[in-house]
Amino acid sequence: MDLVSFLIQLLNGVQYGLLLFLVASGLTLTFGIMGIINLAHGSFYMMGAYMAFTLTSLTGSLALALLLGVFLSIALGVALEWALFRHLYHRDHLEQVLLTYGLILIFEELRSIIVGNDVHGVPIPGLLDHSIPLTDTLSYPVYRLLMSAVCLLIAGAMYVLIQRSRLGMMIRAGASNREMVQSLGINIGLVYRLVFALGVALAAFAGMLAAPVTSVFPNMGSQVLIICFVVVVIGGIGSVWGAFVAALLIGLADTFGKVLFPDLAGITIYLLMAAILLWRPEGLTRRAGP
Amino acid sequence: MRSTRPVRAFLVAAVTLLALVPLVTSEFYHELLTKIMIMAIFAMSLDLLVGFTGLVSFGHAAFFGVAAYALILVAPQYQAASLWWTLPAAMLSAALAALVIGLFVLRTRGIYFIMVTLAFAQMVYFVFHDTPLGGGSDGVYLYFRPTVTFAGLEIIRLDDTSHFYYLVLVLMVTVYALLRTLLRSPFGHALMGIKANVHRMRALGFPVFRYQLASFTLAGALAGLAGYLSACQYGFVNPEIVSWHESGNVLLMVILGGQGTLHGAAAGAFAFVLLQHLLATVTEHWQLPLGAAIVLLVLFLPGGLASIPQRFRRLLGTESEPADVEPR
Repeated sequence: MDLVSFLIQLLNGVQYGLLLFLVASGLTLTFGIMGIINLAHGSFYMMGAYMAFTLTSLTGSLALALLLGVFLSIALGVALEWALFRHLYHRDHLEQVLLTYGLILIFEELRSIIVGNDVHGVPIPGLLDHSIPLTDTLSYPVYRLLMSAVCLLIAGAMYVLIQRSRLGMMIRAGASNREMVQSLGINIGLVYRLVFALGVALAAFAGMLAAPVTSVFPNMGSQVLIICFVVVVIGGIGSVWGAFVAALLIGLADTFGKVLFPDLAGITIYLLMAAILLWRPEGLTRRAGP
Repeated sequence: MRSTRPVRAFLVAAVTLLALVPLVTSEFYHELLTKIMIMAIFAMSLDLLVGFTGLVSFGHAAFFGVAAYALILVAPQYQAASLWWTLPAAMLSAALAALVIGLFVLRTRGIYFIMVTLAFAQMVYFVFHDTPLGGGSDGVYLYFRPTVTFAGLEIIRLDDTSHFYYLVLVLMVTVYALLRTLLRSPFGHALMGIKANVHRMRALGFPVFRYQLASFTLAGALAGLAGYLSACQYGFVNPEIVSWHESGNVLLMVILGGQGTLHGAAAGAFAFVLLQHLLATVTEHWQLPLGAAIVLLVLFLPGGLASIPQRFRRLLGTESEPADVEPR
C-alpha cells in the first residue's frame, strides 16, 4: 500500500469512526445514565437515513432535510421516552431487551410500509459534490471530509455540554445517584428525557449525514447497532470519551481490515473486541460512571 | 425447583395430544409442529442460561447454527451419513464453540454480557457469511438426510415426516426430563444460587465461573441438538439461522413463556411460532402487530405467559403470593 492510498484509507477509517461515535455516544449515555439497554437505537440511525431520503426528495435540499430531521427526531425521542422508556428505568434488563426488540420490529415494518424495501440513493448536494485530486488517478471526496469535520464539531460540543455546562453537571450527577439529585430539587425525569432525546437526535443525525455516502437500505439499523455495541463494550459503558476512542479504533480496524484481509473483513472488529475483553473486561476506560 | 401438580397434569396432557396429532392432521401441520418442537428444545436450552443461571444471552443462535453447519460439513456430500455419529459430532462442535465463546463472554456481566454475546454471535455469522467454509451467503444443502440404523435395520426414516415428528417429540421430552433432573441435582441448585446471588455463592466457595461455563456449554450443546434437527428438517442451511433475529426470537420465546420454568420456554415457543404463523396469514407486515404485542406484553404482563395461572388465581382471591415467587 503506497502512501496516498494509505492516507485515503486513514481518512475513511477516521470518518467511519466519527460517524460510529455519533451513534454510540447516545447508546452509551442511555446505558450509563439511565441504565437502559436500548436495542432500538440502531433504528434511529435507520430512520435518520430514511428521513434524509424522503425529506431531501420533498424539499430538494439536504441541509433543509437535516434541519427538519433533527427537530423530528428530538420530538420522537421525547415522545418515546414519555410513552415507553420511562417505564423501563426500574425494570430488569431482560424486559428492556424485550421491549426495545419489539420496537425494532415495529420501526422496521413501518419503514417497509411507508418507504418500501428498496435501496435508495441520496444525492450529495451540488456544492459539495467535488473531489480533491491527490494523484493522477486517486482523489478524495469533499463531502466525506466535511462529514468528519461536522462529527468532530459535534463531539467537541458534547464535551463542552457534559463537562462544562450546568446541564452536564446534572447529567453526571444523575448518573451516579439518582435519588440524591432528585432530593436536591432537580427534576431528574426531565434530565433523562433530554438525554434520551439527545441520543435519538445524534443517531438520526448520523444516519442523515451518512445517507449520501452509504445509500439507504433496510438492514442499516441493525448493522450499525451491533457495531456500536462493540464500540460501547470496548470503550466502557457510560463513558463518552471511551466511546470516542473505541469508535475511532473500530473505524480504523474495520477499514484497514477490509483492505488488508478481505477474507476476514466482517470478523476483524470482533477479533479486536475479543482481544480487548481478555485484556480489560470492563473496557478501555475502567473508571466507573460516565 | 419442581413443577406444581396442575402444571404436570397439563404437560402430560399436552404431550399426549402431540403424540396423537399425526394420526389426524395433514402433513403441513406435522411439519409446523415439528418446527415448533425443535424451537421448544432451543428455547429450553436458553432457559437454562436465562432462567436458571442468570445469564441473558443474546447470541444463542450461534450454537444452533454451528451444529447445523457441522452436520452438513461432516456428512459426506453424496451419501447419507449415520445419525449415530453425526449427531454427537454436531452437538460436540456446538459445545466446543460455546466453551470457547463462554471463556470470553463470561468475563463480563449484566448489560455487557448481553452485548458481548450478541457481538460473538455476529462474529459466527460473519464466519459463515464471508468465508467459503459453508457456501458463503448462499448457504449449503444437505442432499441426504442422516440414517438411523440399528442392527443393520433402518429403524427411523428421517425423510418420512411422521417418523421425524415422533423423533423430535421424543427428543423434546428427553431434553425436558434431562434438564429437570439436572436442575434438581446439586449442580442445578448451585446454578440457581448463582442466579440469585453471585457474590454469596462466591463467598461460599463455589467456583462460580466454572459453573457458569458448564451451564453455558451445556446450553450450547442442547441448542446444537435443535440446530441439527432443524438442518435435518429443511435440508438447507444459510447464515441467516445465526442472525441476531434468531437469537432475539428465541429469547423472546423464553421471556414470553416465562423464564425459569422450562415448560414456560416450551410454551413460549409454541405461542410465538403459532402467533407468527397466524399473523403471517393475515398480513405480510406481520412484524408490526407482533412488535406491538411484545411492547404491550412487557408493559402490562411482566412474568410472561407462565404467570397467567397465578395471576388468575390471585384475581379469584385463592392465592395471595406475589406472581414472581415460584411455589416450591
